[in-house]
Amino acid sequence: MRYLPLSADDRAQMLDVIGAKSIDDLFVDVPAAARRSGTVDLPAHAGELEVERELAALAAKNTAAGSVPFFCGAGAYKHHVPATVDHIIQRSEFLTSYTPYQPEIAQGTLQVLFEFQTQVANLTGMDVANASMYDGSTATGEAVLMAARVTRRKKAVLSPGLHPHYAGTTETLAHAVGIETVTLGAKVDAEADVIAAIDADTACVVVQTPNVFGTATDVTKIAEAAHAAGALVIVVVTEVMSLGLLKDPGSMGADIVAAEGQSIGNALNFGGPYVGLFAAKEKLTRQMPGRLCGETVDAEGRRGFVLTLSTREQHIRRDKATSNICTNSGLCSLAFTIHMSLLGEKGLRQVAAINHANARKLKDALSSVKGVEVLTPRFFNEFAVRLPKPAAGVVEALAKKGVLGGVPFSRLDPKAGLDDVLLVTATEVTTDADINEFKSKLAEVLS
Amino acid sequence: MSMVNVGRPTRPEGSTTETRPATLTGGRGLLQDEALIFELGGWDKTGVDLPAPALDASDLGDLVRKDPIGLPGLSEPEAMRHFVRLSQKNHAIDLALYPLGSCTMKHNPRLNEKMARLPGFSDVHPLQPQSTVQGAIELMDRLAHWLKTLTGMPAVALSPKAGANGELCGLLAIHAAHDAKGDTARRVVLVPTSAHGTNPATAAFVGYSVREIAQTEDGRVDLKDLEAKLGPDVAAIMVTNPNTCGLFERDIMEISRLAHAAGAYFYCDGANFNAIVGRVRPGDLGVDAMHINLHKTFSTPHGGGGPGAGPVVLSEALAPFAPAPWVVSGADGYKLVEFEEAEAADAFGRMCAFHGQMGMYVRALSYMMSHGADGLKQVAEDAVLNANYIKARLQGVMSPAFPEGPCMHEALFDDSWLEGTGVTTLDFAKAMIDEGFHPMTMYFPLVVHGAMLIEPTETESKFELDRFCDALLALAGAAKGGDTERFKGAPFYAPLRRLDETRAARQPKLRWTSEPGANLAAE
Repeated sequence: MRYLPLSADDRAQMLDVIGAKSIDDLFVDVPAAARRSGTVDLPAHAGELEVERELAALAAKNTAAGSVPFFCGAGAYKHHVPATVDHIIQRSEFLTSYTPYQPEIAQGTLQVLFEFQTQVANLTGMDVANASMYDGSTATGEAVLMAARVTRRKKAVLSPGLHPHYAGTTETLAHAVGIETVTLGAKVDAEADVIAAIDADTACVVVQTPNVFGTATDVTKIAEAAHAAGALVIVVVTEVMSLGLLKDPGSMGADIVAAEGQSIGNALNFGGPYVGLFAAKEKLTRQMPGRLCGETVDAEGRRGFVLTLSTREQHIRRDKATSNICTNSGLCSLAFTIHMSLLGEKGLRQVAAINHANARKLKDALSSVKGVEVLTPRFFNEFAVRLPKPAAGVVEALAKKGVLGGVPFSRLDPKAGLDDVLLVTATEVTTDADINEFKSKLAEVLS
Repeated sequence: MSMVNVGRPTRPEGSTTETRPATLTGGRGLLQDEALIFELGGWDKTGVDLPAPALDASDLGDLVRKDPIGLPGLSEPEAMRHFVRLSQKNHAIDLALYPLGSCTMKHNPRLNEKMARLPGFSDVHPLQPQSTVQGAIELMDRLAHWLKTLTGMPAVALSPKAGANGELCGLLAIHAAHDAKGDTARRVVLVPTSAHGTNPATAAFVGYSVREIAQTEDGRVDLKDLEAKLGPDVAAIMVTNPNTCGLFERDIMEISRLAHAAGAYFYCDGANFNAIVGRVRPGDLGVDAMHINLHKTFSTPHGGGGPGAGPVVLSEALAPFAPAPWVVSGADGYKLVEFEEAEAADAFGRMCAFHGQMGMYVRALSYMMSHGADGLKQVAEDAVLNANYIKARLQGVMSPAFPEGPCMHEALFDDSWLEGTGVTTLDFAKAMIDEGFHPMTMYFPLVVHGAMLIEPTETESKFELDRFCDALLALAGAAKGGDTERFKGAPFYAPLRRLDETRAARQPKLRWTSEPGANLAAE
């Protein structure tokens, strides 16, 4: 077996050193009733060629985004990732290292984390960012728990444009610890509705911009209202590329930002692994979940980096920790940092502008199709349209015609009564030819 | 034409003294002193070439950001060099043994990376029509089949994102199961003192209070104490098996019987599944829920701290409460049930957006198929053999915490053998770095003084194990021989000397900020 270095001879010699007669002697503590003879009922080992053949056959049954005109978003986005990114993240020293618990021999990972934290803090307009969460949805849930710890209040108000999966994840986490969540019913452009729901028990409002319908919102007034009531403001961003064009959450009054970082450096991967971004005001640092990397010096006074403030974390504080998170999204945050370093501010602004321009073109094209109504008033790279029939069927029909034409809102929330709403996205990879193809196929399907 | 025969010297000349001069620049041979991107990059520089946008953003008015963001750019060669230089300051399993107990640092086959990058897996959107991702859902179903068969459990929730997220999923299923029976008075989770920190943290995360179970002198759960602490207020017990002392819980079936008799569920922390995969099925031990770290047992890379994946296998009693999405198959092919409806009507909710860590599923399945049922059994056997070999080779000099009987996949030592040497577990670990090895897990589990937990995994050859044991024995000899400076000052040969963690915590500096005279606004 190609991954196992021991030979039969090695095994015999080692058993001899141990003083055991057979390998079974080392498993004597297993209760007799649970001992098994033979192997479990699964196929025997396979060579690299066979495995590759079998998995490639499965992969071939899927329609890759890059192989067709593609317009899906809603929390996961297809962007172009420079070849350099995937090369570097496959370097052994990054790919096959553990969490940097021995900082003297993990400065590579640690310095990248420090760069990552700075990039995320600057991008979101916040003071501090952690070393990543699993994804945007779990970051949002953790942000709500953190707000409840900080304010000692037990209610979270979720905005009408919060991604339904984010709302679901947040509800799972919040309800487990007795935090009430208030939902306001899905609406295209009504983030400010949260204001009316704020009361003296409200720990936080959770507002997404651009929201799941693509609507961009200035949250300044919402933040003022929340702060006046002693509540925190959590701004959720599922399309982090938007921050290359739109105002940062920090400048609009956010206390905590929970975002999905997949768009920078990471592939679609059918939904994971992604990288949760988590940033906050400095005064909240000690209530943050997850790992933090900080600067220090070594015994000779040279600059170095370590994991720090770990008295917040599970391996030190156990049941008093701020979160149970341990493993996070290390390699995905490395991909984020490499891609962001290549883009720089200049590249980020430009690629964001291209996203927006392509979405405007898409809007013009789709609004010219009979029966299609654009619903989103202000958008970055995605928007909602109303179709004259249920969107799920339209998307299926489009797929049969070779176009992946967006996400029906009913796929995210079948009970919202928005079955005729379709969410569509354009990014820098979208071409004019893609848009024309979408437009003509949509017209065919709707006619 | 004649050759110039006064060329460069080809033999070492000059001093061969052991003291080396400090370098003048901070660089040391192949190790570069590398600045931060914020010091290297340009505020107006980019490493990507993009066309001009066809339309402007005038439609967005005041929503458009105007101030500088503070993100430096690097050209491609600069970026490549920056990150490659940084990479060379990391230890990695591809370089040498990485014997972190409880972490299972095994070889990461590159076939898995190649498979995960097939466009049919990596370039598919989680919300494409299900008809266009039948192969992806089928892959999830196959992975589920392997996990269920290997554990002897009837159901699995794939979506948890890592081990701790899996623990959360398991406890939420347990919570939902008690609720469904109207049994809402159970507010306590029992956890042994030797447990991973995530166990009590997760229990608290779900709103339970934690009660600790004592340990016997031979490193196992104290059955008497367990029995005394079980009661109508206990929702679950969380027990790691093999446990964090590297030992199989001999009384595991009695533990599960006692828990069930008291109306509690048995959550097993599956972090150490590598010791028994293919040989012992947790389902045969009375387990109700167990997470599987795909990034441990099934070789998906740790990546410097993730991403992981933590699917949770569930018993019949807990299966109905598994979170959405569920994978089901029928005449129309494979289907993801994404809401609390149909088959998943009793699901407790959702753990995360979308369907979990697909990229990790592909890698793990590729690994499982490569090993097969026979290879996976051999994995467990070789992992256990390697750990026992290390224990046997070191036990004459270092002190095993539990000398009686075999260990499983990791060998645990305490620091009693260092008594009187002035060398601590931390010093010893740092000296290992100088010898080219990553230290073992230190000071965990908490029940053993100055613990050193060594997990070699099955992917080490006998040659490497001997090299490792020889190094530890030599270091032990130095410690006992009074060569304390070697330990107190260690590491000497790492990219950095010992780091001041106290300073980092007392004066937290968590992001780069421009120094006076080089501020952002001036750019």
